[in-house]
Amino acid sequence: MLDRLSFPQPWLSLILFVTWQFLSDGISGGSLVLGLILAWGIPQLTQGFWPEPPAFMRFWLMPKYLVRVLKDIVIASFEVAALIISPRKPRPAFVCYPLELEHPLAISILASTISLTPGTVSADVSDDQRLLLIHALDTEDEQEVINTIRKRYEQPLLEMFK
Amino acid sequence: MNPFAEYAIAFLLLLGGAFTLIGAIGLARLPDFFTRLHGPTKATTLGVGAIMLSSVIYFTARGDGIGISEVLITVFLFMTAPVSANILAKAAMHIGVKTMDGTEGKPWEQ
Repeated sequence: MLDRLSFPQPWLSLILFVTWQFLSDGISGGSLVLGLILAWGIPQLTQGFWPEPPAFMRFWLMPKYLVRVLKDIVIASFEVAALIISPRKPRPAFVCYPLELEHPLAISILASTISLTPGTVSADVSDDQRLLLIHALDTEDEQEVINTIRKRYEQPLLEMFK
Repeated sequence: MNPFAEYAIAFLLLLGGAFTLIGAIGLARLPDFFTRLHGPTKATTLGVGAIMLSSVIYFTARGDGIGISEVLITVFLFMTAPVSANILAKAAMHIGVKTMDGTEGKPWEQ
């Protein structure tokens, strides 16, 4: 019974509550109550889907990572746009990426990053969570794709989740 | 309104429109399903991002305060675009969509 009344993901609840205040036009009694209901209800409904929280995470490394990803999104968009307009055919490839990360949350952050950045979409994670299947839009060398991702994105995430 | 803000808004709107258009062209032009996935996840994301940024600048320059809802829309978009691309790719692999000639490597079976 008490389980049903608690907040299983306090951080998620806080983020939901604050986000709701921003979304509604100004803070009022109504938005506070509805925000509280959402902050309680959504974590309760989605509790089964959340992975175990990491034992330790270096949160303060996150902004630097986000800036790097944002910058890469802009560059990636120009590259993909140039490729779409040019008459040359793309050279797509499926790349198997051996993961060094182990935590599910870290893997999903890496997969999302890969989907948002230069010419790559992450397609699947193997059942044992050791391989990530990536579809690259235009590549000559698979090893180069792997090396870039390893150096630019996985290393910082490894440091964050060490 | 400050002329500098007006130039910035016009530039961002044009940039956003161009990228959204290119994303749509990519969707029509690229040869197979997996390559088409790349259009919406990248070009369009930046396109919408630029349009949202211009909206933020417009309302800030008019003195209505910073539009936090636009920033939130962009954040939601950046969070959901990779997830939908991932689900689409998974579904395509599951039903065995054909890849274009010259694709290196293969999707795996699970």
